[in-house]
Amino acid sequence: MDLFVNAIVAGILLGAFYASVSVGLSITFGQLDIVNIAHPAFIVVGSYIAWILNSSFGLDPVLGGIIVAPLFFVAGVLIYRIYYAAFERTGQESLSGLAFFFGVMFIIEVVLILVYGVDYRLVTADYLGKNIDLGFVGLPLRLVVPFVVASLMTGGVWLYLSRTFTGRAILAVAQDRLALQLMGADPVRVKQLAFGLAIATTAIAGSLLIIIGPVEPSLGRAYIGRAFAIVVLGGMGSIPGMVIAALLIGVLESFVSSFAGPSWAPAVAFGALLLTLAVRPSGLFGRA
Amino acid sequence: MLEVRALTKRFGGFVALNGVDLHVGAGERLGLIGPNGSGKTTMINCISGALYNDEGSINFEGRDITRLAPHLRTRLGVARSFQIPRPFRSMTVLENLRVPLEYAAWNRAEHRHITDEAMAVLESIGLQHCAHQNSAGLTQVDMRKLELARALAAKPRLLVSDEAMAGLSSAEVDEIIEILLALNKRGVAVIMIEHIMRAVMRFSQRIIVLDAGEKIAEGTPDEIVRNPDVERAYLGE
Amino acid sequence: MFHDKADVVFWGALAAVLLAGFAFTQVVANEYYYTAVYAILQAMMMAVAWNILGGFTGYVNFGSAGFFAVGAYTSIALGKTFGADFPLPLMIIAAGLVGGLIGLGLGYLTLRLKGVYFSIATLAMAIVFETLMTNWSFVGGARGAYILTPETHLWFNSYIEMLFMVMLLLTLGSVAVSRALVRSRLGRGLAAIRDDELAAECAGVPTLKLKLISATVMGAMMGVAGAPYPYFVTFVDPASAFSLFVAVNAIAMPMIGGTAHWIGPVIGALLVGSAQQVITVTVSSALNVLFVGIMLVLFISLAPQGIVGLARKYWGRKP
Repeated sequence: MDLFVNAIVAGILLGAFYASVSVGLSITFGQLDIVNIAHPAFIVVGSYIAWILNSSFGLDPVLGGIIVAPLFFVAGVLIYRIYYAAFERTGQESLSGLAFFFGVMFIIEVVLILVYGVDYRLVTADYLGKNIDLGFVGLPLRLVVPFVVASLMTGGVWLYLSRTFTGRAILAVAQDRLALQLMGADPVRVKQLAFGLAIATTAIAGSLLIIIGPVEPSLGRAYIGRAFAIVVLGGMGSIPGMVIAALLIGVLESFVSSFAGPSWAPAVAFGALLLTLAVRPSGLFGRA
Repeated sequence: MLEVRALTKRFGGFVALNGVDLHVGAGERLGLIGPNGSGKTTMINCISGALYNDEGSINFEGRDITRLAPHLRTRLGVARSFQIPRPFRSMTVLENLRVPLEYAAWNRAEHRHITDEAMAVLESIGLQHCAHQNSAGLTQVDMRKLELARALAAKPRLLVSDEAMAGLSSAEVDEIIEILLALNKRGVAVIMIEHIMRAVMRFSQRIIVLDAGEKIAEGTPDEIVRNPDVERAYLGE
Repeated sequence: MFHDKADVVFWGALAAVLLAGFAFTQVVANEYYYTAVYAILQAMMMAVAWNILGGFTGYVNFGSAGFFAVGAYTSIALGKTFGADFPLPLMIIAAGLVGGLIGLGLGYLTLRLKGVYFSIATLAMAIVFETLMTNWSFVGGARGAYILTPETHLWFNSYIEMLFMVMLLLTLGSVAVSRALVRSRLGRGLAAIRDDELAAECAGVPTLKLKLISATVMGAMMGVAGAPYPYFVTFVDPASAFSLFVAVNAIAMPMIGGTAHWIGPVIGALLVGSAQQVITVTVSSALNVLFVGIMLVLFISLAPQGIVGLARKYWGRKP
């Protein structure tokens, strides 16, 4: 019973973190139809930067992530511009666009290996290693802090997208370019903004990742499946749906980890993805 | 030969077609007109199989094709051209025609002389001069003709032409009409969707008018022209 | 088989290469060369296979390593079950069958959806199979499996030379299959699907069936490419078999060479593969991996038609 409850709790805490990992992809893939398979690789870069700031300056990783987020935003804008010039404008998105981001992901991983090697890196902070004990349930702070920050970030992004003009423009650009132009918003700038925002979230998600556990360059790959599974399962273009899917996957993984062993965990998300694609590709809450 | 009964198609909450009946006799020339958004292209998509209707039935030559895959319908003899031309861009004009000849018309074509048959279709439509040109670099008119040629190469018994003449000059419109009339003389039924009224009037034996997903009129060109409901649909109250 | 002059030239060239390979084994003794060329041939076969679904049909497979590794693990499993003397040809056939089945299954699940979903599903498949192999102790699990080199090497001087000839034969065979495919009615149907799937469907092309055939052939070919791998490296663990490097090479080589033509992957593999061997020897093998990634991104962004496309532009043939 103990194990059961702990698995659920850990799953929920982890699930919230997964939501922060996926919210950027929900924007680029769910809204803009850009298959940014390199998204998790950016998160890993975020982790490494948080580690550098933490080990060199003793900066708290979350703070580090927040400070670096604007830089990531700019990087996102630049990458979108390249993508747009090379692919979207000429209408070649499908095959080449996919392969482009695959190449980017690969380059990121290899550069990290070349510069920092394959060793695991971790951060040090006061709250790591401590728990909040509520009766028979132990809440490790290394999961609670990411839970809180992730929830705030995901909630913030959702509010931004649904309440502000530019945010709603982002939601609209996928559905009706022309109407958007007639309203005076330039679709390309809107997409640029959206992509930048998505990459900015990876800076913070990265800092959370390295709080949860040690990071090494190829860690991003395990998250590709999770992120895409969550976005697809939740339903393309639905952020609330994405959050629910994230929690579901978090809990599912937690159970599999506790009862079948952690080496099976990677297969859960990917298996869920395959299942969703086979049975209900529009996801739980997606537009059909 | 084509019997469409009570066809209904919805997109989420929007009803594109609401219980529309349509029939085409063998070798007949039917015009399908209506204001923008009235459901003409949706009807064509349902007939050709690009979309599946929610309610209603489609019968072709006595056979229920309502749930049949598009490529099977084309094989049975229902061909369509696309409103916005969709050539196979990596292929030449001639190679574009090989595809329907080798697939849709496979049972009706001469296997060893596919290239000759393709050239014959090109000649019938006046495109033989660009047979070996890449299909992506054609002029607007020639692209439209290629669209039609591809549908012809499928050796259909029913051809649906979806706004093949939009944006063409008067002489070009006449060219296309001649091609379709010649095809019809060989026994092929044609459904023509058009906005260019003189083309529809000249070509059709019978016209069906759609508005907002419903059939509001059916009759000979003269009857349709005098029909007040049709006038209202196009010009408003 | 011999329809026109081009056919004669092609089969003549193939025979010449085969003979040259055989001559090579009689003359060269330094094992390094065999390992280097084997690696290039293996990459070439993977590139040719990838291009059947990727370049000819228009669906991108990110999980090439999955098919390859499954082929390798089929060999390992058969070796462990029936003993190290289990004949290699049978392993190759078995690996091809398994690879083909997985291609078919994956295709059946996802090829009815947009291409993007298929691509993501291939990535998912690779990781799922990697997890399965990691947890299957019979074939070594996470710790990996050691494979003993068999005794027999027929009339060759060493096992690696025989393996090299096997791989040469398999690779040449795959090129021949790929060429025959693209010049056939089936190949033209696939091209139509790649250019415009809806128009193809309305022209009578049974798109789902052809896509499934394409995926099955690709899967089978990749499985076959992986079958001799355990004997080539003598130690196989999931990390190396399912390596992303294999997957990236499988995509990069056809894209760099040119996806529209059957010779594209061949050119890409020869150029990129050779460059990689040179880099490994002169600089480092890790840099090699970076080289592929950068070349891939550069070519995709600047020359998406690949080297074949560039050649066509400069020598004025049809675009």
